[in-house]
Amino acid sequence: MATYSTNEFKQGLKIMIDRDPCSIIENELVKPGKGQAFNRVKMRNLKTGRVLEKTYKSGESVEGADVIDLDLQYLYSDGEMWHFMDQSSYEQYAADENAVADAKQWIKGEEMCIVTLWDNVPLSIAAPNFVILQVSDTDPGLKGDTAQGGSKPATLETGAVVKVPLFVENDDLLKIDTRTGEYVSRAKE
Amino acid sequence: MKSDNSWQPTASLDLIKRRAVLLQQIRDFMNNRGIIEVDTPILSHYGISDPYIQSMTTVEVSDKDTQLYLQTSPEYCMKRLLAAGSGPIYQIAHVFRDEESGRRHNTEFTMLEWYRVGFDYYQLMDEVGELLNGIGLETPDKMTYAQSFMQTVELDPHTVETKLLQKNVREHGWETDSEDRHALLDFVFSEVVLKKIIFNKPLIIYDYPACMSALATLKPGEPVVSERFELFIAGMEIANGFNELNNADEQLKRFEAELHTRRDRNLAEPPIDRNFLAALNSGLPECAGVAVGIDRLLMVLSGKDDISEVSTFTLGTN
Repeated sequence: MATYSTNEFKQGLKIMIDRDPCSIIENELVKPGKGQAFNRVKMRNLKTGRVLEKTYKSGESVEGADVIDLDLQYLYSDGEMWHFMDQSSYEQYAADENAVADAKQWIKGEEMCIVTLWDNVPLSIAAPNFVILQVSDTDPGLKGDTAQGGSKPATLETGAVVKVPLFVENDDLLKIDTRTGEYVSRAKE
Repeated sequence: MKSDNSWQPTASLDLIKRRAVLLQQIRDFMNNRGIIEVDTPILSHYGISDPYIQSMTTVEVSDKDTQLYLQTSPEYCMKRLLAAGSGPIYQIAHVFRDEESGRRHNTEFTMLEWYRVGFDYYQLMDEVGELLNGIGLETPDKMTYAQSFMQTVELDPHTVETKLLQKNVREHGWETDSEDRHALLDFVFSEVVLKKIIFNKPLIIYDYPACMSALATLKPGEPVVSERFELFIAGMEIANGFNELNNADEQLKRFEAELHTRRDRNLAEPPIDRNFLAALNSGLPECAGVAVGIDRLLMVLSGKDDISEVSTFTLGTN
């Protein structure tokens, strides 16, 4: 893998830090007028999601991380691994539970997901921003209560639990924002 | 054509006008004190040897073998004027420093530089304070470089063992085995000391370690310090001033040492400015000079934290 010098640092560059792939969030030059220049770098560890800060002497270099984002279709889960496919090459990728941690509660099959690969292995999966899922279990709806006020929990077909308005019933299709985990609206088939 | 807003200035029109006001205030201040405005060339056949500052270069179309250097400060030409008997002078100039770009840095920026014949750096610190008053800022507090370290990290920067300095550096995020004291001190100063100091008002820090002298005189004593000061406002470096070294032999020695460092670090080695040395040799009057970053001063006055917000256009948009 290539190495990157501090003067190539920019937002989004993927580098290896302590054997983990990280993505640069912020890169700031710190330099006294008549003195040594440093780069103060804020980055996100792509495995743990943690944000860390490090400083480099300008001109130092760091190993790059082989990290790319692909649009892949979710196929199925065998309970242990979650399988995705590249629709143009038909190449399949298997993600472990760690990688699908947050996404798995929103996907049931056929969704297009952004899969981040590190050395060709799925590192993290982002579900589509909006998904349509069926309600499998919620308390009986209150007829006519289509106005605001009140909410109740509903379990969706994927097992995710979201807060929904009182009028929602079993088998309703709901549009959910996966970034916030919030109910958006009822959806048609 | 696609609509595109990238032609727009990066500063608001209000700030462009605010800059005009500031420049006028500075010129009035200088004028009232009999300091003469000068205008020296940006292009030179000679660059700067300071290993921490990189010159930008250009060539003449008709003579591509001759490298020309864009000034990193107007210092050498202004000292030639002083040696020629100009008396007190100031200049507001565009200067260029390669590889410097960020929230507080633009490759091309505006510098105010002035020289006072017969002043020492203490008198010049006072005058910097008076200029600040003239543009609506408070008189700075003062402390030595050593005091700033003692107060914040309880280390004496002049005597602390390199190992202990390294330990402090590593604790604050730079993993290094470097034994370069200048770099280690710069890191602790920028990343620890300046962050720990509480900036209620402008602050002048003076008497820098001898290794950070550049073109400043040294004050004999234990430890030997550089007769140099810097102004900080809200943690940001605004100005750098010092007693001007006027010993041509000593200056040449420093240039050669700097070029040696440049060779070790694989940096370009610009030719030494013979005209500047000749001027020192013929006699530079005792004087002190200071350079002020106008863009950063404007950032302070307007509460902006990105230099692009006070610049009409930055290199990234031009």
